[in-house]
Amino acid sequence: MSTRRSPWLTFVSIGVYIFLYAPILVLILFSFNASRTNVTFEGVITQFGPNPPANTSLVTQSACGPFHWFCVLFNNREVVAAARNTLTIALISTICSTIIGTMAALALQRYSFPFKGFSELSLYIPIVIPEIVMGIGILVLFSAVFRFLNGALGLDGDQRLGLGLWTVIISHIAFSVPFVTLVVRARLHGFDKAVEEAAMDLGANEWITFWRVTLPIITPGVLSGGLLAFTLSLDDFVITFFTNGPGSTTLPIYVYGLLRRIITPEVNALSTVWILLVLVVLMISQYLQSREAT
Amino acid sequence: MLAKLRDKDARRGLLLITPTMLWMIGLLIIPLILVVITSFGQRDPNGNVIYTFTLENYIRLAGISAEGFDPLYLNILTGSLLLAFQTTALVILIGYPLAYFVARAPLKQRNLLLFLILVPLWTNFVIRIYAWIMLLRKTGVINSLLGWLLGLVGIQFTPFDMYPSSGAVLVGMIYEFLPFMILPMYTSLEKIDPALYEAAADLGANAISTFFRVTLPLSAPGMVAGTILVFIPVMGTFIVSDILGGRTEILVGNLIQRQFLDARDPAFGSAASIILMVMTLAVTIFYARRFGFGDEVIAP
Amino acid sequence: MPEFAVELRNVSKRFPGPSGEIVTAVNNVNMQIKDGEFFSMLGPSGCGKTTSLRMIAGFELPTDGDVLIHGKPMGQTPPYQRPVNTVFQNYALFPHMTIGQNVAFGLEMKGVPKSEIATRVTEVLAMVRLPNFEKRRTRQMSGGQQQRVALARALVNRPEVLLLDEPLGALDQKLRKEMQLELKTLQREVGITFVFVTHDQEEALTMSDRIAVMSGGVALQIGTANEIYERPNCKFVADFIGEMSFLEGKVTSQNGAVVTVDLEGGLTVQATTDDKLTNGQAVSVAVRPEKMHLKDISLPADANRFIGHVENVVYIGTDTHYAVKLKGGQKLRVREQNDHPGSQPLAQQGDEVTVRFAASAARALTE
Repeated sequence: MSTRRSPWLTFVSIGVYIFLYAPILVLILFSFNASRTNVTFEGVITQFGPNPPANTSLVTQSACGPFHWFCVLFNNREVVAAARNTLTIALISTICSTIIGTMAALALQRYSFPFKGFSELSLYIPIVIPEIVMGIGILVLFSAVFRFLNGALGLDGDQRLGLGLWTVIISHIAFSVPFVTLVVRARLHGFDKAVEEAAMDLGANEWITFWRVTLPIITPGVLSGGLLAFTLSLDDFVITFFTNGPGSTTLPIYVYGLLRRIITPEVNALSTVWILLVLVVLMISQYLQSREAT
Repeated sequence: MLAKLRDKDARRGLLLITPTMLWMIGLLIIPLILVVITSFGQRDPNGNVIYTFTLENYIRLAGISAEGFDPLYLNILTGSLLLAFQTTALVILIGYPLAYFVARAPLKQRNLLLFLILVPLWTNFVIRIYAWIMLLRKTGVINSLLGWLLGLVGIQFTPFDMYPSSGAVLVGMIYEFLPFMILPMYTSLEKIDPALYEAAADLGANAISTFFRVTLPLSAPGMVAGTILVFIPVMGTFIVSDILGGRTEILVGNLIQRQFLDARDPAFGSAASIILMVMTLAVTIFYARRFGFGDEVIAP
Repeated sequence: MPEFAVELRNVSKRFPGPSGEIVTAVNNVNMQIKDGEFFSMLGPSGCGKTTSLRMIAGFELPTDGDVLIHGKPMGQTPPYQRPVNTVFQNYALFPHMTIGQNVAFGLEMKGVPKSEIATRVTEVLAMVRLPNFEKRRTRQMSGGQQQRVALARALVNRPEVLLLDEPLGALDQKLRKEMQLELKTLQREVGITFVFVTHDQEEALTMSDRIAVMSGGVALQIGTANEIYERPNCKFVADFIGEMSFLEGKVTSQNGAVVTVDLEGGLTVQATTDDKLTNGQAVSVAVRPEKMHLKDISLPADANRFIGHVENVVYIGTDTHYAVKLKGGQKLRVREQNDHPGSQPLAQQGDEVTVRFAASAARALTE
């Protein structure tokens, strides 16, 4: 390809990058805002000192200095609870979806069995239907199930079964599994079966062959799939929106709720922390990928 | 089929795929069937569903009632379609130069450039929309900046009323989905054999001809894959319009969302969801028939 | 009766093909591989040689017939319970293990004590001339080295039979020749039965004690290199091994091993055969180029003599090849050695020459 690069192209490209990053940079900047109302930027909090009372609109000093809003954030019980929920949901759903997704990938890539076509098709469904349809579908299902269970078990009032942490986890597994399966299958594609035959030739039965040879070799792919599932779960809004209940608020839901109320720089601080975490995870994933390539 | 089950391999395959199938059937297929069933139901005073068979939800969506024809819901549907097409078109226009730029960049820079595109993508959806509120509102960053700049030259500036508005929704959508279009386009541009450009030049094509006759057609699979990745979500979106559009901007997604939360009419909401899904599938299938799925891009 | 190391008794393998039809990869094959011999299965791709090897290893099970190893029928025994080991075509080394771990794997599976494993691994790596390679990783090694690791990994287990599936295919010419010699020497040292699969006839002829020539799932001929080269039993084997010229005709009479065949253009040729042929039967008379002469050397009185025209002369240094066309349109390739200093071609293009060969040099083959 010609190495002559049109200056127009570079100019436009830089413009698009600015478009992509301006909002993010603004977000980060405002997390140091001295103005509590966060309407305009009133400068960075520079002085260290005791926190001003909650009704002052201009924060001139803080125990945490410029990181005032980050401290407020970490002391916010709701945020901490939401963060804990988000992580719990992500961890459990990732572990489950990675295990069953890998199993599914092995099944689809190596064996033929009745209804195989149907299985493959059903794994594509979450990708081609709008998320909201999947969300309300699951909501309708849970509503009907809970209505039935509550009636059958005679539960009432506070005892009633309803939406909560577990309904969210189950739903997250549902949308993660197709992606894990896709990623692991892609990895299995280039897998040289001769290595498994070699193991059996040398005396390993099928089970030992799987643990000592197959699994170690596909592990990078499984980890990739797991990472993807983890990120999808952390980030999810729509499905969680329709399946969460009291006590199972996640961070994205929490932020959404905040947006309808007063917006303080605390939200920005949360955003900044989030962006930094994403950066770290992405860099780890890049590092892992580059190691695999050698 | 039973004979096949005696086959050790088939048994093993079935066993391995069963947990996944439990999830897919239980949380995908059965819910969808339930939604279809519910769409033919009615609403009881508590907001619960009465499972019966009636077409009144669909009739209501079509705008036909005792008082005559009310295109309210049809307008919402067409509004969503329009937004989806606009977003897709603009995202292709804005994203293509960047995809091209990265595809032509030297190998060492490419990884960094791609990484830079991924970072906003992985940042949470909700947070990114909030950022646009900060940018677009009357007292937001853009207006403040413009006011300050023009103030330097002594011009009085009335801030633009950009938020909430349908324009804000479009900008938000474009921002959300730009990376989803850039990445597949980049992949298919990157796959073009450099020798083809030399061949075109050898045969007398200048830069513009080469672009329209070689580059553009060969990067089409990327655009196709990207379109599918953008069109479907935009059709079903409700958050962007909810936050950036204010109460006046209603898309199908918002309609559905409200039926399930505020108005508590799951039957009507289900009917709307079915219509949404059918419309989306129809456009996708029509599109895929004509242009393919862009699998060449997705399968490396 | 001494047991054969490996025996295939009426072995067939059939499986469903891509469009639902039945593919017969191996068709009623019988083979008896002797203890301690270097046995090759030779043939073009798709002839069934690899499938046969895999049935010995246990990766495929015969549809009909039996596989026996040292007299014991293998039946449905899985590969990990068979006393054989395989060297795979692309080596199939475990990428996530060191060389030492790769080689030790089979011993681990058998439950050999750790100290003994270490000694045997060191021993076998020295034997394949990769001493102290235990800690290295497969990625750092060349094709030739990887091949030797694959060999070591199989041999360390002291299998009753060693199976090799075209192990030299991925190596360049020079390395191949070296490895052929090494393998042969190794086999003599270790004394294990080697069953070697290849499509390269030169390789098979060089290394093997006996060869099975296969085509279309059938073992056409099994014998020593000499037997197969000098007395091929059918046209395919005759054509596949080395170079051969064919004269098509019909039998007119047979006297013991000598048969008279009528050719196109009124020519007659005397050939030998191991079969009982009938008059009028169509045969192909096969003659090796080096057994035909343009020079007037001494031959028995009843030797064949044909007059023909030289169509082409190719000088290769060690010998010269002449393409000769006979009266009936038949084409022969004659090879004469350039064994005198300053040898010149015996004839030019267009010259009339006499092609001579003994009846015993011509084999009458029926198919």
